[in-house]
Amino acid sequence: MSDVYIMGIDMIRFGRYPDRSVPELGAEAALLALDDAGLTIQDIEALYCGNLMQASGMIGQRILREIGQTGIPVTNSANACATGATAFREGWTAIKAGLCDLVLVVGVEQLGKVGLLGGGGGGKGISKEGLLGSGTMPCVFAEAGMEHARKHGTTFEQFAKVSVKNHAHSVKNSKSMYQKETPLEMVMNAEMIAYPNTKLMCSVNVDGAAAAVLASEKKARELGLGRAVRVAASILTSDPFTERDLVMPDVNTCTRQAASKAYEMAGLGPQDLDLVELHDCFATAEILHYENLGLCADGEAGKMIDEGESAHGGRIPVNVSGGLLSKGHPLGATGVANLYEVSTHLRGEAGSRQVEGAKVGLTHVIGLGSACGIHILEKVG
Amino acid sequence: MAEEAAASGPLPVVSFLKIPDGGDPYLEGQRCGDCGAIFLGERSICSNCGVRENLKPQKLADTGVLYVYSIVHRSFPGIEVPFVSAVVDLDGGGTVKGNLINVEPTPEKVRMGMPVEVVYRIAPTKDRDGNEYLSYYFQPREK
Repeated sequence: MSDVYIMGIDMIRFGRYPDRSVPELGAEAALLALDDAGLTIQDIEALYCGNLMQASGMIGQRILREIGQTGIPVTNSANACATGATAFREGWTAIKAGLCDLVLVVGVEQLGKVGLLGGGGGGKGISKEGLLGSGTMPCVFAEAGMEHARKHGTTFEQFAKVSVKNHAHSVKNSKSMYQKETPLEMVMNAEMIAYPNTKLMCSVNVDGAAAAVLASEKKARELGLGRAVRVAASILTSDPFTERDLVMPDVNTCTRQAASKAYEMAGLGPQDLDLVELHDCFATAEILHYENLGLCADGEAGKMIDEGESAHGGRIPVNVSGGLLSKGHPLGATGVANLYEVSTHLRGEAGSRQVEGAKVGLTHVIGLGSACGIHILEKVG
Repeated sequence: MAEEAAASGPLPVVSFLKIPDGGDPYLEGQRCGDCGAIFLGERSICSNCGVRENLKPQKLADTGVLYVYSIVHRSFPGIEVPFVSAVVDLDGGGTVKGNLINVEPTPEKVRMGMPVEVVYRIAPTKDRDGNEYLSYYFQPREK
């Protein structure tokens, strides 16, 4: 089977674009990625589009109405917060299968100031929110973090340090929604949303779009491998049954299984990674994933954040883009934007936030419900 | 639904809360006869091992321990905050989520691993047809 290469990849600055439509945002990212690859829509054989909130809205086709209706197959994917990574993997699969040599992937979302996600009721009778606990995302991820605290003694302060780090990283990323440092006291004293997650420990609801052009090895060689990035692994898992999964979504097991499969597919291990963009939808989540991705031993995540190992310049920099906490989390775009960040470092084009000498990077997203998408990217040559 | 609404007593807030005629309410799980996994609510297939038609109702204990929690300070309009959202491992199996009451909602007072018991109260809200609901809550239990 052919290797798959990223030939072009880009994102729009995440933010709020109330006057623009979802297809318009997606089209802008698509054109940026095509330009980055030096290609046009006429070169593309299939489009894989990820969007969650308008999953029935044929967003991929409407993007083509903006940039060129060439009649190619379009697949629209929705997979919660793993939507973008899922669309990317669908494109990867088409090339692996030998069906296409060049595909376009777009992840796009318009969230606006949507407020709290999750916990919206459903089912018969009266609302269970606030009666049988809370299903809001800040609470669900707070409970997941408290499980780590229970097992390993992780503190509120350690969780808060994740936000301090990622907000500090964002200052050097002009495509981030926020580019503002937040000292520890500011994070810990911010409005408490769901203990231990304060407002500054919750990712930002934004609008955004990111896109990538993927090529088969044959096509990549034809176009020139100069700035190409090799997709060394593409893995998607769902949540297997675990003891408390009925009432407490398990984001750990599906991540561990995905990570193990991804390392196996790439023939690499966590020690080979130069940077990681992982799913910091809430500060509590990032701590869990240090261990889930094998970046440190079980029980060592608190120490890892305390000692600055995951900060830029540390042993394994995590979320140097600013992460979902500051860059923003436009659900369907998030997974592709992660891939853009890692690719940019592997290409040596990340400017003042460049992780020097980066050769291998990993991206990770979790869609609650659950889906985990992991990709490992490798610098070519 | 119309027949249920016409019933005299409160309705159960979730299907796995059982209100026997003239008896005390309780929570009911479904245990897989093959692998032992416990589910909440009616089902016929075990999602752990995939076996069909071997799930049997099991009365769940009214005691357990607090596994994890969050103190929720921001929720949707009309929902009283703060409250403690709690995940409880019941003695003898089964994990349920609900509000932990009768404890000060601070990290100093809520302790993971603390013994809790299940209590049943009428929920503060009614549905559009004016029906009352019986809900379950957790409260700290003396050791």
